[in-house]
Amino acid sequence: MGSGVAGKGTDVSDLDSEERVRFEQLVLPHLDAAFNLARWLLRNRADAQDVAQEAMLRAFRFFRGFHGGDARAWLLQIVRNTCFTWLEKHRSVDLMTEFDEELHLQPSMSPESQAIAGDNRERLTRALEDLPPRFREILVLRELEGCSYKEIAAITSTPIGTVMSGLARARQRLQRTLTQPGAPKKQEASHEL
Amino acid sequence: MNCELTGSVLHGYLDGELDAARAADFERHLVSCPECVRALEAQESLRSSLQGAALYERAPSSLREKLRTELGPPRLAVPTAAVLRPTPWRWLAIAAALLLAALAGWRLLPGVRNSGSETQLAAAIVDAHLRSLQPGHLEDVVSTDQHTVKPWFDGKLDFAPPVRDFVDQGFPLQGGRLDVVRGRTVAVLVYARRKHLVNVFIWPAAESDSHPSSGSQLGYNWVSWSRNGMELYAVSDVNPADLSELQRLSME
Repeated sequence: MGSGVAGKGTDVSDLDSEERVRFEQLVLPHLDAAFNLARWLLRNRADAQDVAQEAMLRAFRFFRGFHGGDARAWLLQIVRNTCFTWLEKHRSVDLMTEFDEELHLQPSMSPESQAIAGDNRERLTRALEDLPPRFREILVLRELEGCSYKEIAAITSTPIGTVMSGLARARQRLQRTLTQPGAPKKQEASHEL
Repeated sequence: MNCELTGSVLHGYLDGELDAARAADFERHLVSCPECVRALEAQESLRSSLQGAALYERAPSSLREKLRTELGPPRLAVPTAAVLRPTPWRWLAIAAALLLAALAGWRLLPGVRNSGSETQLAAAIVDAHLRSLQPGHLEDVVSTDQHTVKPWFDGKLDFAPPVRDFVDQGFPLQGGRLDVVRGRTVAVLVYARRKHLVNVFIWPAAESDSHPSSGSQLGYNWVSWSRNGMELYAVSDVNPADLSELQRLSME
């Protein structure tokens, strides 16, 4: 991580003052959004800090390529790409749950952990984190970040129709996880190894 | 589950993303489809528990610090008054706003709107909205009581902004603050709309009551109108229909 990721981008020192001020005005205010998305995609605050930082530096280096428009969507696109690259490299097992629709209503909760996690926030956090990353991503963008379908489509590079059906599936799954926490697993622990 | 709409259009409807014709079609469909009615209720309740659970996680200050180190010192001169504020990016925004004000200054004078285009004004308002979303910058007076917020402005402005709470209509008042838009000190009321925030900027109007105009910038929507000698400018990431509703409420 760090400076190596910038590829062919502009060097930090190359941005002139005017661009620099524009970056500080347009992009930096969305640091919370960047961190929040990374935190939910990576399911971990420490990793999210590293990756959000990397994404922000990357955004800074590529800022010349931003020609106006929705700065938040532009930044979040970089954040999610950085997150998925990071997951591929460090936790590819996370990505394997991807399109396995009929997958177990996973780790969910044993009765014991359910008792411990009586708290609503805890329960929802776990349920969200149990979703495959692509579903988690659109739900977080929609419900926590308040993005429109158009923005989600731009951030995730998918058609708007796919955003809508993806949200439908993500919500149905989330609801199932929440309402049947002890449901039997269809594929015993197939993804845990 | 058999109704095919449950798994698709229902969500577009829930998110306010259907156009008027499709939304009306779906509402007609709801009359005869108990399955969709149930699913819609369930989804609404799922949404409200997601929103009520405070799941949003803001960037820790250590991350802000690290970025500051990585990006090097900001390029603009630091205005002395702002140095006192500890939050790292705050003074950059202020410096930029001052610069903007200075650039526009030679033709500023009485009003906020008299110079430049609608687009520039909208850009300034959206910038102010973004600044307000930085932690700790949203409100100077935090209160859901209009009788607390209104007197707070006394003596701080050369006009008395209209302060009303619309909690029963889904726009609970959150507080108020002073802000500067194009060199003019203005009043700002903060309302909540579901999990979103709406800033309403208020200053004395140059003209009498006008029809509302609206638009969007950087993904934020705005509606502006004037009423009883005041110009109001609402900006938020909520959808335009919500903003128009707030505008209508304020005209009542």
